[in-house]
Amino acid sequence: MKKILTYLLLIIVSIYIILPLYVLLATTFKPLEEIGISDMWKLPKNWSLSGFIKAFKKLAPNLKNSFYLTIPATIISSLIGSINGYVFSKIKFKSANLIFAIILFGMFIPYQSILFPLIRFLQSIKLYGTISGLILVHVVYGIPITTLIFRNYYSEVPDELVEAAYIDGAGFFKTYSKVLFPISLPAFVVVIIWQFTNIWNEFLFAVTVTSSPEKQPVTVALVNLAGSQVVEWNVQMAGALLTALPTLLVYFFLGKYFIRGLLAGSVKG
Amino acid sequence: MLINPRGETLKKKNLIIGITVVFPSIVAIAIFVYGFISWTLRVSFSNWNSFSSLLRGIYKFVGFRNYERLFQDYRFQTDLWNTLFFTIFFLLGTIALGILMATLVDKGLKGSRIFQNLFLFPMAISFVVTGTVWSWIFAPGTLPNNPQGINLLFTKLGLEKLMWGWYTSTDSLGHFNVALIPVIIAATWQLAGYTMAMYLAGLRGIPDDIIEAAKVDGANEWKIFWKIKMPLLTPITLSALIILGHISLKIFDLVFAMTGSGPNFVTDVPAIYMFELTFRSNRYAMGSAIAIIMLLFVAVVIIPYLVTSLRGGKR
Repeated sequence: MKKILTYLLLIIVSIYIILPLYVLLATTFKPLEEIGISDMWKLPKNWSLSGFIKAFKKLAPNLKNSFYLTIPATIISSLIGSINGYVFSKIKFKSANLIFAIILFGMFIPYQSILFPLIRFLQSIKLYGTISGLILVHVVYGIPITTLIFRNYYSEVPDELVEAAYIDGAGFFKTYSKVLFPISLPAFVVVIIWQFTNIWNEFLFAVTVTSSPEKQPVTVALVNLAGSQVVEWNVQMAGALLTALPTLLVYFFLGKYFIRGLLAGSVKG
Repeated sequence: MLINPRGETLKKKNLIIGITVVFPSIVAIAIFVYGFISWTLRVSFSNWNSFSSLLRGIYKFVGFRNYERLFQDYRFQTDLWNTLFFTIFFLLGTIALGILMATLVDKGLKGSRIFQNLFLFPMAISFVVTGTVWSWIFAPGTLPNNPQGINLLFTKLGLEKLMWGWYTSTDSLGHFNVALIPVIIAATWQLAGYTMAMYLAGLRGIPDDIIEAAKVDGANEWKIFWKIKMPLLTPITLSALIILGHISLKIFDLVFAMTGSGPNFVTDVPAIYMFELTFRSNRYAMGSAIAIIMLLFVAVVIIPYLVTSLRGGKR
């Protein structure tokens, strides 16, 4: 009886969670003739890829931009986070905790509060409106979270391990490359997934730092696509599906690590 | 532990290298976070409310004038009320649903894992995608004869009475614009799974013997949940409130993609107003003032959290 009630509730909650997914998929694969509003809740009678192909043609350059942005930004910010995490967890220097807290605050601020100066700054160094500019932005504002995840990860590594390396005469970088880096894979996976997802999904920087449509990441292109009345619904939903697909695939295959990153985001020392 | 002198000097050397390594990051944060915030603060006290005044570049200090103007502005007042109600209902909805999901999944019935993954997948999706899809679901259509989205579903189920304008409605209860309800539903959809994950981590940390002892004492599940589990989960609830609360204070993408400001600003939020002032009408000083107000809201929530969280984290 209790079991049945639990399943019943699980199914009710699932309907809420699946509803948008259903609409998204059902609409994406409808042919043009079937996308009338009255058919919105029906499954396609004839499954068609026409909407998907049309959306792909429209969004392909922006998808490419998003990859050009997300991949380098993710790699660079993971490496920075790793070396920072090493210092903040293993090298005890004065007021390290205070400095860490001051860095960490940067991950919670509303980016509106730095946006106007940021744009002026990017304009002055000629990176405004470029993917490189966006990479710089995501690397810098990624420092707090990536440092946090690596710091927490390395805190679990016994200090003695690092100190033993020092006694053996290994220097700072050698200790990092021989002791810490080889055991860092799990942390790298968490950070890479976290940064990839966040940078791919990001919108505020994307819409303000890039101005010309051919430089825009896919999130901006999707909003512009949906904002134009002339575009058919199946194309819009296909666009939404295309935008979501890379991070969904990451979640599907590496969900376990994704959740770890998620929970690291709620700080915990 | 380090007795040999070589190790001692090496330790000192490593300290210097270590500080040198993190130094660029510290400088970057100092400039990009704190420097830029001060810059925004300075702009918010200026008269840079047109492109030409910015070009001239002459800084004129006008004190709190931009802030005064904002607080007298109907649109900004609406934004503040919207933020308040959005935050309250979004927090209530997300936390309640998160707890429900976590307790259901935690029962460990067959298939729990699948449900858990399903509930969490919205977190992997962009707010922009969420907004686009929910915007179509809640588009009201032309009432009463040409309903769309949810309204259409209602007619098919014979529930015509439930049809309404959703995010296009200009009705309000006191200062609560009911058009926010669909936006809250979409935001809850996205973040309930995240809250579930936090509570699941907490629930799994509760030692079994505490629960067993309570069962022996004859407590039923309801009582165990409210009297034992919930009090033990208070730190999780607090974290969830703060993390979700600060997300809702700066919410932008979801509203931007889903509804925009709406008729008579029923679904407007400070972030959207800031965006339009700064990037559409060149009123940089006014936009900066909103940005600073948003920052203050977030700081009030986050700073105490950071302080206690990092202190507690010291082992």
